Amino acid sequence: MSILINKNTRVMTQGMTGKVGQFHTLHCKNYANGANCFVAGVTPGKAGQSYEGIPIYNTVADARAQTGATVSVIYVPPPYAAAAIDEAVEAGIELVICITEGIPVHDMLRTRYKMQGKNTLLIGPNCPGLITPDEIKIGIMPGHIHRKGRIGVVSRSGTLTYEAVGQLSALGYGQSSCVGIGGDPINGMKHLDVMKLFNDDADTDAVVMVGEIGGSDEEECARWIKDNMKKPVVGFIAGITAPPGKRMGHAGAIISGGQGGAEDKLAVMEECGIHITRNPAEMGRVMQKILKG
Amino acid sequence: MRVNEARSNMKIHEYQAKEILRQYGVPTPRGVACFSVAEAEAAARELGGAVWVVKAQIHAGGRGKGGGVKVARSMQEVRDYAAQILGMQLVTHQTGPQGQTVRRLLIEEGAQIAKEYYVGMVIDRSRQRVALMVSSEGGMDIEEVAAHSPEKIHKVWIDPLAGLTDADSDSIARLIGIPDAALVQAHACLQGLYRAFVEKDAMLAEINPLVLTADQRVVALDAKINFDSNALFRHPEIVALRDLDEEDPAEVEASKFDLSYISLDGDIGCLVNGAGLAMATMDIIKLYGGSPANFLDVGGGANKEKVTEAFKLMLKNPKLRAILVNIFGGIMKCDVIAEGVVAAAREVHLTVPLVVRLEGTNVDLGKKILAESGLPIISASDMADAAEKVVAAARKI
Repeated sequence: MSILINKNTRVMTQGMTGKVGQFHTLHCKNYANGANCFVAGVTPGKAGQSYEGIPIYNTVADARAQTGATVSVIYVPPPYAAAAIDEAVEAGIELVICITEGIPVHDMLRTRYKMQGKNTLLIGPNCPGLITPDEIKIGIMPGHIHRKGRIGVVSRSGTLTYEAVGQLSALGYGQSSCVGIGGDPINGMKHLDVMKLFNDDADTDAVVMVGEIGGSDEEECARWIKDNMKKPVVGFIAGITAPPGKRMGHAGAIISGGQGGAEDKLAVMEECGIHITRNPAEMGRVMQKILKG
Repeated sequence: MRVNEARSNMKIHEYQAKEILRQYGVPTPRGVACFSVAEAEAAARELGGAVWVVKAQIHAGGRGKGGGVKVARSMQEVRDYAAQILGMQLVTHQTGPQGQTVRRLLIEEGAQIAKEYYVGMVIDRSRQRVALMVSSEGGMDIEEVAAHSPEKIHKVWIDPLAGLTDADSDSIARLIGIPDAALVQAHACLQGLYRAFVEKDAMLAEINPLVLTADQRVVALDAKINFDSNALFRHPEIVALRDLDEEDPAEVEASKFDLSYISLDGDIGCLVNGAGLAMATMDIIKLYGGSPANFLDVGGGANKEKVTEAFKLMLKNPKLRAILVNIFGGIMKCDVIAEGVVAAAREVHLTVPLVVRLEGTNVDLGKKILAESGLPIISASDMADAAEKVVAAARKI
């Protein structure tokens, strides 16, 4: 078991024929069961062609009808990426992972509005994607740092997720699934949505939750954890030293609302029973301490 | 909800924001942007009347309190104030203690103010909507109003399909006490602001104050709009309004090389891949008793050229006492980064200790390249080791 994806997941890639799409599609295809998982690409006007043996279709609907893929990963450039999400939602795709960085916020507002009442789940945009080690990798994370195991990882950042995973793997703790939800202000699944899935996953024993300054998603997740979570959670928030009002690369890292500061988030998380650390080098060791009792 | 600045959103001047709002039917005072005392006087004559407002144009709020806004009641006063403000180092709570040099003025006709209101528009990330905020407490710092009397701030979350409806705009205008006679104009203001906000891809807009004049007109007396940098590709007209004099030279330089760089007060330079890891690196430096000199995310596609430019940027900072390179190579291979670091360290004159922590793809190869370079690079095994070493190195010199 795992969350959201496993070796039986069938994936199409929107924007597979661009440089970025090609590069990552190849790496994903070569990871674990990837050769069976990545079954289609979508690029308008290129139906009938193929890349690395993966057939290309003009539309998401065609790709779905022909291959049965129910998940889509998007590498489409920023000006067209929101429309690519819209197309996947319209075609009834169950899970959309949007890797694209730099999508205009107003585009995402409209896309999220259109997604209301639809069954599609969205991860990202501006995210590394997700992985179930030794089964399937969808996204841009380095596969080889992961180990199969029983720790869930959910994070807003890319390389900081790798840092957490690297620490866990080095200590011998493998991962059930790792989900990068992305750092944009308007996105799909939040920490809370992923945490609920880990809570219900029989093969996840504990979760590492990596957050960032800005917004209130981590606080909302923490409050839910306090009342509902059956498994231990280790938490870290990046940006304690970030000066207020300066955006550190991610649009999300803006302190607003008298909430969203790192110390405020950590205080709420601690109060809700999350094992917090202020030291990003200690995420793995804190988890080790808890699991060893 | 607190309104805040976002550094990599694009900012413009008040007079430019008012020009945009005018295009969307928002009433503003007549005014002229000026670059000299002579232009200011000519502008005042052209505007006519007996009262003018001389306003410093910088990309920061709190200009009035800092002495950057003056009411002139004669042509002599227009000249005096223009001479006084142009070239001054204007210090406000948003500029930092060094202040910002005033290079542009806005000369406006005076207004007879009966009442001041606050109008703001932001993206609310948790509701995933554009939020309109209004308050009867205009002219004040809205953050103070939010802290002391939050009940005086009213909010509407706008449906993207319907836009800001007449009903919403009416009820919110009434809530802050706009008289019936001025409701039609208040409509024009609020709906014009919303259309501008959406069509120009704004992240934040404020009219503070929106005023009711003695003759019952509603006018935007001040205006501020920040734009989404990610949407500038479809707004050449906004890009044209950019004023590089208002930006940190190091950050402008960094943006040319697609580096995300923010100057900070400390003495330890950081070069990291990924925004989250870059923030965490700053955090751990602080945790080990040091102080970061900058935030620098080289992104996913860093090559030798980018790394070299990043080193040059950091070394321009006279306070710099050590550099920490922290790379978790995924797609970016550690050997490529190591070669970049070695080449950069050779090309620039490296005057401070350099600590490098590499992890991820091809890490052993990367470490070998660093070790064999003959450069005095201090190698670190993990983030904690790196932080400890760089803090110690910064203290030594």
